[in-house]
Amino acid sequence: MSKTLIQFSNVGFSYGDRIALDSLSFDIREGELFCVVGPNGGGKSTTFKILSTLLKPQSGSVSFWGIDGVKHPEKIRPELGVVFQSPALDKKLTIQENLVYHGKLYGLRGASLAKKVEDLLKRFAVFDRKDERVEKLSGGLKRRVEIAKSLISGPKLLILDEPTTGLDPVARREMWSYLDVLRKEQGISIVFTTHLMDEAESADRTLVLNQGKVVTSGTPAQLKSQMGGDVISLKTTHPEALKEEIEKKFSVPVKKVDDELRIEKMEGARFIPTLVEAFPHQILSVTLGKPTLEDLFIHLTGQRFVGGEA
Amino acid sequence: MILTGSLTLSRRELVRFYRQRSRIIGSLAMPVIVWALLGTGLQAAFPSGMGKETREFLKYFFPGNLILTILFTSIFSTISVIEDRNEGFLQSVLVSPLSPLSLVLGKVMGGAFIALFQGLVFLTLAPLAGFHFSISELALVIFSIGSISLAMTALGFLFAWKLDSVQGFHAIMNLVLFPMWLLSGAFFPAESASAFIKPLMVINPLTYGMTSLKTAMSGVTDLSAFLVQTGVVWLFGFFFVLGSVLLVSKKREVAL
Repeated sequence: MSKTLIQFSNVGFSYGDRIALDSLSFDIREGELFCVVGPNGGGKSTTFKILSTLLKPQSGSVSFWGIDGVKHPEKIRPELGVVFQSPALDKKLTIQENLVYHGKLYGLRGASLAKKVEDLLKRFAVFDRKDERVEKLSGGLKRRVEIAKSLISGPKLLILDEPTTGLDPVARREMWSYLDVLRKEQGISIVFTTHLMDEAESADRTLVLNQGKVVTSGTPAQLKSQMGGDVISLKTTHPEALKEEIEKKFSVPVKKVDDELRIEKMEGARFIPTLVEAFPHQILSVTLGKPTLEDLFIHLTGQRFVGGEA
Repeated sequence: MILTGSLTLSRRELVRFYRQRSRIIGSLAMPVIVWALLGTGLQAAFPSGMGKETREFLKYFFPGNLILTILFTSIFSTISVIEDRNEGFLQSVLVSPLSPLSLVLGKVMGGAFIALFQGLVFLTLAPLAGFHFSISELALVIFSIGSISLAMTALGFLFAWKLDSVQGFHAIMNLVLFPMWLLSGAFFPAESASAFIKPLMVINPLTYGMTSLKTAMSGVTDLSAFLVQTGVVWLFGFFFVLGSVLLVSKKREVAL
């Protein structure tokens, strides 16, 4: 197992009465693609702010490669690359200028800065457009420049807050492939937050947050193994009544999520005919699926995973 | 490191200024319009036309007009602090290793440079108002303008850091700017002010800027007096920067 890079220990944070993080503990290992996923208000933004040293936890401790990040944020900052959800580029500057200015804020200068900027422009395939002002770029291209900018200081850890928000599917794929190359070539560790469960499946490890607490964590395979077999979803006109009847007749636990009923069962395919024959008129539709992380979230919290946007 | 970061941020202010054509047009056209309107207005108001009295009033009023220009440009240049916050640029500065002092100095120096530029553009009208400077006198005038620009930009930063909308900033700053200007000695000298107004003029930082500028423009006869007057402006500037640094260090978090 690789070394621990970041360790959150009993981290707590509240905005007034609202508890954002409730004694949160987890670790991120070196070279890992780590995902923090959860519904809006689950605590991932606060986690991101603490990771990026914008926010100090009110209790608990955060250690970055052994350094206390709460006491010495100034020692951490030079090693971090941060990509914000809302763009942090200067629109009036060109792509190249954005990179150069950012590099100077990290104390780089002269020929070594120029070389780094050129490398990044080429690596992110924006070298031809380096003199264009950022205000004229498309959303996907801006995000690409944003990531390039965050890498100028050669960070140990790259932190991205909802990096795919507002990107079309092509731009999303492209962004992940860039990040993948980075990880493989430079061994950089990456943490990202998302409200999309399917993005969590591509991470090495995932932390699922809800209401400031860890719902579960682990590799995608570990997470899915916590589920009991297949997931059967039923649409019906009277969910409450049907739930009771199924539970009585088959003695399987049924979860009502919104207007849908969900049953987790080994060999779900065999169970469906029995089920439909037993309640021919109440069931409008049946879906059978392998469990996704979204199913796991429902399984563990009893709530549907509501992301802001699809 | 403090300087590299600051210079980077100041340079950015200037590039942004240069790339927003409306700001350049505004800054070049403003003095011309002020002067044209004031000149013709006064000419009509005084029975003697462009006589001695008119010229004397224009001459008296010129430094006040100049300081108004500097004041507005300085303060409103710090709107960029609010823009940086709203456009997201500030976040990436806040997670960088840049110290709060560098951040404040960078923004203040950038804004002050724009105000200085604006002041110099206005200063080109000085001969029309009957001012003629030697090189050394001109240097002192520019030093005075630069000092006022720095102090006032720092004051603007102090307010801009706390406010989250440009509209709010305008509303608040108009409440601050006009009284500051009116009570700076631009309109009437402190000696002739009423007992109620006088203390306000004493605590008004712009009063010292106005005195410094007037001294410089009337040809400095007493250099040490001029340095003391300008020194007070720097002292105010120092406290405004100090206050800004404290604010920045205290609250690094931005609305995400």
